[in-house]
Amino acid sequence: MRIVFKTSYDADINYFRHGVQAAWYLLLAALAILLPLFFDTFWLGEMTNLLIWAIAGMGLMILVGQTGQASLGHAAFLAVGCYANVLLQERLGLPFILSFPLAGVIAGLAGVLIAIPTTKLHGIYLAIGTLAISILTDDLIVIAEPLTNGVVGLFAPTISIFGLEIDRYGNPERFYWLVLIVTILVVLAYRNLLRSPLGRSFAAVRDSEVSAQAMGVNIARTKAVSFGISTAITGLAGALMGHFAGIFNNETFNIIISIQLLMMIVIGGLGSIHGAFFGAVVVALMPQAIAMGRDFVAGLIGSGSIAIPGLEAAIFGAILIGFILFEPMGIYGRWVKIRTYFELFPFYRRDMFRRQKSYLKTERMR
Amino acid sequence: MDVLQLVVSGLANGCVYGLIALGFVLIYKATEAVNFAQGDFMMLGAFIALGLTNQEFLGWPFWLSVPIAIVVMGAFGYLLDLFVLRRMFGQSQIAIVILTIALGFVLRFFAGLIWGHEPISLESPIAGKDVRFGGLVLGLDEVMIIAVTLILTVALYFYFNRTKLGVAMQAASQNQLAAYYMGIPVMRVHSLIWALAGAVAAIAGILFASKGSIDPSIGLLGIKAFAAAVIGGFGSLPGALLGGLIVGLIEPFSSYYIAAGYSQIMPYLLLFLILIFRPHGILAQVHRKKV
Repeated sequence: MRIVFKTSYDADINYFRHGVQAAWYLLLAALAILLPLFFDTFWLGEMTNLLIWAIAGMGLMILVGQTGQASLGHAAFLAVGCYANVLLQERLGLPFILSFPLAGVIAGLAGVLIAIPTTKLHGIYLAIGTLAISILTDDLIVIAEPLTNGVVGLFAPTISIFGLEIDRYGNPERFYWLVLIVTILVVLAYRNLLRSPLGRSFAAVRDSEVSAQAMGVNIARTKAVSFGISTAITGLAGALMGHFAGIFNNETFNIIISIQLLMMIVIGGLGSIHGAFFGAVVVALMPQAIAMGRDFVAGLIGSGSIAIPGLEAAIFGAILIGFILFEPMGIYGRWVKIRTYFELFPFYRRDMFRRQKSYLKTERMR
Repeated sequence: MDVLQLVVSGLANGCVYGLIALGFVLIYKATEAVNFAQGDFMMLGAFIALGLTNQEFLGWPFWLSVPIAIVVMGAFGYLLDLFVLRRMFGQSQIAIVILTIALGFVLRFFAGLIWGHEPISLESPIAGKDVRFGGLVLGLDEVMIIAVTLILTVALYFYFNRTKLGVAMQAASQNQLAAYYMGIPVMRVHSLIWALAGAVAAIAGILFASKGSIDPSIGLLGIKAFAAAVIGGFGSLPGALLGGLIVGLIEPFSSYYIAAGYSQIMPYLLLFLILIFRPHGILAQVHRKKV
């Protein structure tokens, strides 16, 4: 058990609680930077995909985990970021270094515009409104064909930063490092947001809207800002996803992606950056795991390859149901419990992480 | 005459949306949870009836398999609440939303495994027959859907406002703790409402499957029913039907008068207009919450 002796007020909001923790995270960062030395092209691509999902997950986590609002339509903002990034490069000839942040800004503004009508309402309305957005986006991309090329889709150009060519297939390790840099920047921004007054007002809205209002937090504005920041980060992830996929159309960012994104952060653990990464590991690596499992079973039975449609979604759903019922805090929550058990050994008690139940009262009066 | 035909087919579609929306509203009204798998409940109910009736499966008589399907779906709803949702008691609404979405994925997978992914239609005696009102030729299936929906909505409306159990369900949603102190078995009330929602979903599914064909992904229709429920006013039973009818009517008319590509986005555009100008729906149930 480690005792942290706090000698300044900064100790409460520092990036790391103590030196050993900082050392572990620096080691992790070093490993992540050196990863292309150990992995071949295929697995490097998978790791890049994982990081992109983690960025998108962090975007959604700000909304769901920090502010407590659910969005079922974040794939729409992946699409906004992706299309904005490529169109700014191709139609206006902007370099990637400008189009990429602008894509995030555009996605953020789109998010705020959509959030404004629903943020005064109960959280469930935001979920339904965003669900509608996700479906509308699919159709709008087809309708706006002159701009988006409709169902044929668009090609993402090769990224060029000050003459340095970055291509997903040509030089995957450069693309990986680009994604890694964006990931680290987003993590830093997320951490800084949490220790700012805005981040604390997010938490206040999540924990009790009534108390937050009593403490002078403007709830509707806070929700809208949270939605905007969330969609901006998601837009950045979408821009990277477009470059990763190479070609994309209206089907690339459908409603299933939105739902998968939400499920991902629930499995990972709501309310923590770690949760976004753990969830991304599950989402990004599960197709591979299922393919391997299927080959293994096919080898046992001695038949050829078997393909069951919808199996992936069903396994994902089943894992999610298991987590919500037995470990609502997700993978990260389980890890914290195990860590606490060993840190406090033998003083860990079963009810240490028990959450208080809240009994519902309706907003409907009739 | 064209317009009248459009109106009737729109009404019939709208009634199916209304029936699914009714399922959402029932659960929302009594447990304050939102069941995102309601569309998949409908799919499952339709497939159970279809599996019992159709010749390539069991080939039982239609009028025998319909009540069985309704009862099975009711039992499914009850058991689902008993074994899964009861554990969620006291957790946030968002958790239940995510749980039911995941459940929808699982149900869709098993339906695909059992009944295949090809669209099948229910061999029902009401399909493909005509009814004549003066010069107007209407499908018997469409008339049946409209009639059954109206009867069901009125019955449920009176059930909620006039019977003891219905009022108990409303009380359980308005304040769980207070309802429990008043002697209402809140847990059992929740299970019953899930059973009722399952039965309503089965009826919607049977009506839908005898009008057209179904496949496991038909549950995504539930999203349109969501729009219907919000337009009508979440938490209001007549509102659900009204919203369903509006969504059902707006679709054929916009594809007839504007362009085919726009018909599917109209319900959602309407949803947004409603959210901006009359956020709690046409038949609003919500008043400003006082601190």
